[in-house]
Amino acid sequence: MKSLFFTAILCFITATSIAQQADKIPSADVNKLDGTSFNTADIKNDGKPIIINFWATWCSPCKRELNNIAEMYEMWQEETGVKLVAMSIDDARNMAKVAPYVNGKGWEYDVYIDPNGDFKRAMGVNNVPHTFLVDGEGNIVWQHNSYVEGDEYELFELVKKLSEGEKID
Amino acid sequence: MSKKCHFWTLLFILFITSINANAQQFEEMMSRGQIKGNFQFESQFYREDTIIGAEEVPERIRSNSFLNLIYSNGGFSAGMRYESYLPPLLGYPEGYQGNGIMYRFASYQKDDLSITVGNFYEQFGTGLVLRTYEERGLGYDNALDGVRLKYKVYDGIRLTALTGRQRIFFDYGEGIVRGFDADINLNETFSDFFEGSKTRILLGGSAVSKYQADRNSQFVLPENVATFGGRASITRGRFNFYAEYAYKVNDPSADNEFIYKPGEALLLQGTYSQKGLGILVSAKRNDNMSFRSDRTEGEQNLLINYMPALTKQHTYNLLATLYPYATQLNGEVAFQADLIYKFDKGTILGGDRGMDIQVNYSTANNIDTTHLNDEFTFRQGYKSSYFSVGEVYFKDFNVQLTKRFSSKVKGIFTYANLVYNQDIIEGKPGAPTVYADIAIADITYRLDMRNALRGEFQHLSTEQDQGDWATLLVEYTYAPHWFIAIQDQYNYGNSEKEKQTLL
Repeated sequence: MKSLFFTAILCFITATSIAQQADKIPSADVNKLDGTSFNTADIKNDGKPIIINFWATWCSPCKRELNNIAEMYEMWQEETGVKLVAMSIDDARNMAKVAPYVNGKGWEYDVYIDPNGDFKRAMGVNNVPHTFLVDGEGNIVWQHNSYVEGDEYELFELVKKLSEGEKID
Repeated sequence: MSKKCHFWTLLFILFITSINANAQQFEEMMSRGQIKGNFQFESQFYREDTIIGAEEVPERIRSNSFLNLIYSNGGFSAGMRYESYLPPLLGYPEGYQGNGIMYRFASYQKDDLSITVGNFYEQFGTGLVLRTYEERGLGYDNALDGVRLKYKVYDGIRLTALTGRQRIFFDYGEGIVRGFDADINLNETFSDFFEGSKTRILLGGSAVSKYQADRNSQFVLPENVATFGGRASITRGRFNFYAEYAYKVNDPSADNEFIYKPGEALLLQGTYSQKGLGILVSAKRNDNMSFRSDRTEGEQNLLINYMPALTKQHTYNLLATLYPYATQLNGEVAFQADLIYKFDKGTILGGDRGMDIQVNYSTANNIDTTHLNDEFTFRQGYKSSYFSVGEVYFKDFNVQLTKRFSSKVKGIFTYANLVYNQDIIEGKPGAPTVYADIAIADITYRLDMRNALRGEFQHLSTEQDQGDWATLLVEYTYAPHWFIAIQDQYNYGNSEKEKQTLL
């Protein structure tokens, strides 16, 4: 019995060490703005980088961040082909406000709503804003929690590195 | 006991053998697997302050911490969360005492079928009949522990069936919850019919029932209580209309003082949006719609459903923390309108760099009730009409302007007028209704790409409750990662002089 238990632990360690090689976007069902279902495993961008940003309509640093990026998003896209996925964690109380807010602000992002927190949990997000960077192969290579003015410049430097095929440590 | 042990040993040997037999397959399988985890630790140190009524905390230091782990491999995933409250931070529900794993699950998804055992969070529609949800920051967690099946029967048709018991702190409630939901996307199911149509229709229906034994000596209580819900979402171009209705059979509980009246809730929502303009109008009426898996519970405990508050969720400190509103489960009629508009660059109000305006108005009133005599109505309690409302619970009118003055300076200006019924919302009988005006300026000055200064100037004026307040916040940030902030909240208008302190 003892040795069997030991085997089980070994399996576990193998899994852990391998995990670091490939950290893919997990699969979870979220909503599109029209209420239809979308699986997050289908987040793709033709081999170009993807930013996944968790936010909410009631979170002021989140809105500051996404509004600041919105002013430069067109330029970012032209230069690197990056795509920003704005994943709202607004729940039943506020989810109807997401589409009017996004359109009212004129955001050009891909916006989804995760009202029950399934994708949030799968990505290990505790609070917003939380930003992830995904490389052209679909690996999550970087993440950052919270926002201070100017963080977007660091983010864009990393996006540029990825679009030029460089690795991020 | 020993038989059981043999069974597991055998199963385990079989498992290991099958793995060894397919070593190559196993290696391939493991290479696709991944473990994700995160850890959060929060601790606070407390000091007594007799003036503001902050009592001495005997432990002096309190902390909350969480560790999340999720393993996933193809369609299989399993995870857990270890939680520790030694003891919980002040303001957190005191029921969380100690350590333990109260969230663990395994789930498997293949093709159109998904099975979850253990803990899970689920929501039917907006949650009027069922929503299990977690909000770690507030200590809200009513996860079910049981089994859930999801099956995509046909294009656009998804069925969900579940059963379980709900979490309450480090225990489970005694009631058993069973639920079924069907969700139909007509455009996918009848794709030929809807081909080329601009209209998109989603329909849904659910049934949820709870069982709790009757041990009450005074009343004969229903042990099984069912709720039914129906919903429709219609989108055409830039318009969306959403309606949801829920009905609950008689459910005498501590919330409704053990009356046998059925409950109901109706939610209507319309939105229109295009680039630079967003409009939302919503209305809700809920009557005797608290639904818990233990009829004797109160507060936020063991709620099976969720009644969203139709009020704006504010973020600034004086607006968000002093007079926040939450749905009154026993009865409420609420309305909300929200408008967001972008004045383009070059227009009179837009100026050189454009300006955004957001206007929000919401109200919540009691339902209008007429008391009924219990002897003749089998404890129906009261009757109420859809066409009138009772006393005011809450009102909020607020306007927010966002304006960039230059490449370096940006400002957000907010004004709000609140009406807040303390008596009902805080359960303080006889306390006067609060009328408050709040003004906030939030200005950011970017020194360069890395350095920025931000100031928040907030003022709240009211004749009632604790009088006037002011908050000042100054924040310096050095991107990425660093910030230093000083915040002060001053209740300078308090009628009791000694409470006019800087916090």
